[in-house]
Amino acid sequence: MEHEAVMEMHHTTTGIPHRKVLIWTFIGSECMLFGSLIAGYLAYRGRSVVGPYPEDLLNIPFITVTTFVLLMSSLAMVLALSAVQRGNRRGSIIWLAATAVLGMIFLGGQYIEFSHFVHEGLGLSRNLFSATFFLLTGTHGAHVTVGVIWLLSLLGMELKGNLGPGKAEIVEVAGLYWHFVDVVWIVLFTVIYLLV
Amino acid sequence: MSHDTYGGGVRSWMTTVDHKRIGIMYFVSAIVFFFVGGLEALLIRLQLGSPENTLISADLYNQLFTMHGTTMVFLAVMPLSSAFFNFLIPLQIGARDVAFPRLNAFSFWIFLFGGLFLNSSFLFGGAPDAGWFGYANLTSTQYSPGIRVDYWVLGLQLLGISSIASALNFIVTIINLRAPGMRFMRMPPFTWMTLLTSFLLILAFPAITVGLVMLMFDRTFGTNFFNPAAGGDVLLWQHLFWIFGHPEVYILILPAFGVISEVIPTFSRKTLFGYPFIIYSGVLIAFLGFGVWAHHMFAVGLGPIANSVFSAGTMLIAIPTGVKIFNWIATMWGGRLRMDTPLYFAIGFIAMFIIGGLSGIMHASPPTDLQQTDTYFIVAHFHYVLFGGTVFALFAGMYYWIPKVTGRLLHEGLGKLHFWLMFVSFNLTFFPMHFLGMNGMPRRTFTYLPGLGFDLMNLVSTAGSLLLGASMLVFVWNLVRSFRRGSPAGRNPWNAATLEWSLPSPPPHYNFRTIPEVGGRDPLWRPGGAEVDPEDPTAPEPVMPSPSGWPMLLALGPVIAATGALLSSLLVVFVGVAVVVVSVYGWAFQPLER
Repeated sequence: MEHEAVMEMHHTTTGIPHRKVLIWTFIGSECMLFGSLIAGYLAYRGRSVVGPYPEDLLNIPFITVTTFVLLMSSLAMVLALSAVQRGNRRGSIIWLAATAVLGMIFLGGQYIEFSHFVHEGLGLSRNLFSATFFLLTGTHGAHVTVGVIWLLSLLGMELKGNLGPGKAEIVEVAGLYWHFVDVVWIVLFTVIYLLV
Repeated sequence: MSHDTYGGGVRSWMTTVDHKRIGIMYFVSAIVFFFVGGLEALLIRLQLGSPENTLISADLYNQLFTMHGTTMVFLAVMPLSSAFFNFLIPLQIGARDVAFPRLNAFSFWIFLFGGLFLNSSFLFGGAPDAGWFGYANLTSTQYSPGIRVDYWVLGLQLLGISSIASALNFIVTIINLRAPGMRFMRMPPFTWMTLLTSFLLILAFPAITVGLVMLMFDRTFGTNFFNPAAGGDVLLWQHLFWIFGHPEVYILILPAFGVISEVIPTFSRKTLFGYPFIIYSGVLIAFLGFGVWAHHMFAVGLGPIANSVFSAGTMLIAIPTGVKIFNWIATMWGGRLRMDTPLYFAIGFIAMFIIGGLSGIMHASPPTDLQQTDTYFIVAHFHYVLFGGTVFALFAGMYYWIPKVTGRLLHEGLGKLHFWLMFVSFNLTFFPMHFLGMNGMPRRTFTYLPGLGFDLMNLVSTAGSLLLGASMLVFVWNLVRSFRRGSPAGRNPWNAATLEWSLPSPPPHYNFRTIPEVGGRDPLWRPGGAEVDPEDPTAPEPVMPSPSGWPMLLALGPVIAATGALLSSLLVVFVGVAVVVVSVYGWAFQPLER
């Protein structure tokens, strides 16, 4: 991943790297994306005309566990960045892999949940709950998937020895994205599962 | 034209990451789409020229007004503004390029492919025909079978990717690539309005993205987001659309405000009156623009509380807008006016925009709006702000900056002929629509009965529109003539104040050999400002990013995937996704400078 910056490579007006400003701005845009999806979910809450309804299906203990797993992945991400910044290759490899694996466990949990719902008769087009639920959590799952691929790419770079303290910035940017996706899940967990 | 800046074959343009070349490609594409949209408008006007006309069918009429609106908003005016952003922003802030040059190329290509994708619908089964606003549930498979609406849904998603990518790029560029001393309150007003427009883009587009995904799910997977029979609410679409759609109005007008705030001081030989007021008014307009969307929905019955709040918010926007107008007039007041073509268009803009603004305040009031909703009065209103406003301003900007782009001046006489033809024919076309609307002529209806009092004014409007089309040919002729034998522009033909005018016309591919130091607003007008000459021949030539084919290839991926979705072919969708994956990695591991 080469620098996109043209101007005197590292000089920026604010002193903040371009990519970091970019990811923060992008996160602002993503807030509106998830905000619109959450608004749609809330607008249609309790308006399904046929079942199954959320209270019939949502398994709060199970999702609490996967939520915990996703939160732990944020911790692993922090440790991964710290290891990359300190030039600790072994630590970078372990913690980048751990972040990706925890993300994959979360996605696995989502897969189990989705297939259970479909098995219970809640296909995508069944009712308004299914449509809003699958769209909202599916969009989030897609974001986690992109994050996992991103982390695995960084892991690949580290394994080939192409990642070091000089490139900690790209890990930091990936980390900002990853933490954002986790924070979104906290909101979704509250809105979908705790407010059922 | 300078070989250094624009030389090289087709391949060099396909792989370019130079913001100036990308700006020119935006300009050319936008002008072509502007003519396509204009042609659609002329067909609409020819049909409406006389009552019970049978020139075009109701079905084709629906396609034409849908594609006219969609094309003018997404494929003509927005990319034309983008052309200005691309060419000017790095020059105005004293930078060599944008923060992410390859992302910039990607934004252009996906815009172009998205525009071609949308228009290819005319060849395959008909163009989208549910209006540019695509109200649910007219867009459901029940009322819009076939693939026309799918074209519209997928096309808008592609254009959304382009807008968001480009807006992110310009936010980072303006925040992070300003020359030393170029503080925020020293930035040229056009740069400021670009920054605000970019923020509007990244915050407004996600709402329509979500609406379009819901619509796509309804049409493809049988969900019921907008199906009242299954508990869905058609108004959810209207909310999502207008939460995007109203900021979109300011996305279209704020760049125009920026252009006017540059042209008027230059041609009045006076610094912009009340610069902070102009800037903060822009900020306030952008902010309030997110809180007024439901004034597009007064007729749906949201209730008196909601209607009152949205009405008050809408009227509030008139204040910062009025502040700007007074500041422009005050800038001209007592100035030494240099009556060149850009100033003609700028003054035309102020006059026409005031008319459009006043009719806007009228239907900010729900009781008045109920009489005007879906009539030609609304058509008159938004053409006065979007054509009389934005398009006049963008022409002012073109006459002002094209000499910087090409190095050659446009012809003043032809420019003024263009202005007067356009000014008169614009009013002939759209002013009668106020009366038509007041008399009850509905929008989006392909014909009308004789004897309702609509005949004469429709005829006048149609005649005006033909003249309006002709005035555009004068502009094109002026442009072509200037390429061939326009007189050389020199660095600063208008004696303007901002940094782009300190460079040769056209600027060298690296823009500034040495990055200038900025001591205040209007740098070239400051004492010693004429010496802001960044061309230090002893400095080494800057290393610029190398051309790359990945941005174009990456832009091709989503278009292939969209085509697959249109054909219901999962295989083609996967090919598109594969192209995206390969290009992302190819791009990420390709060094920027080689």
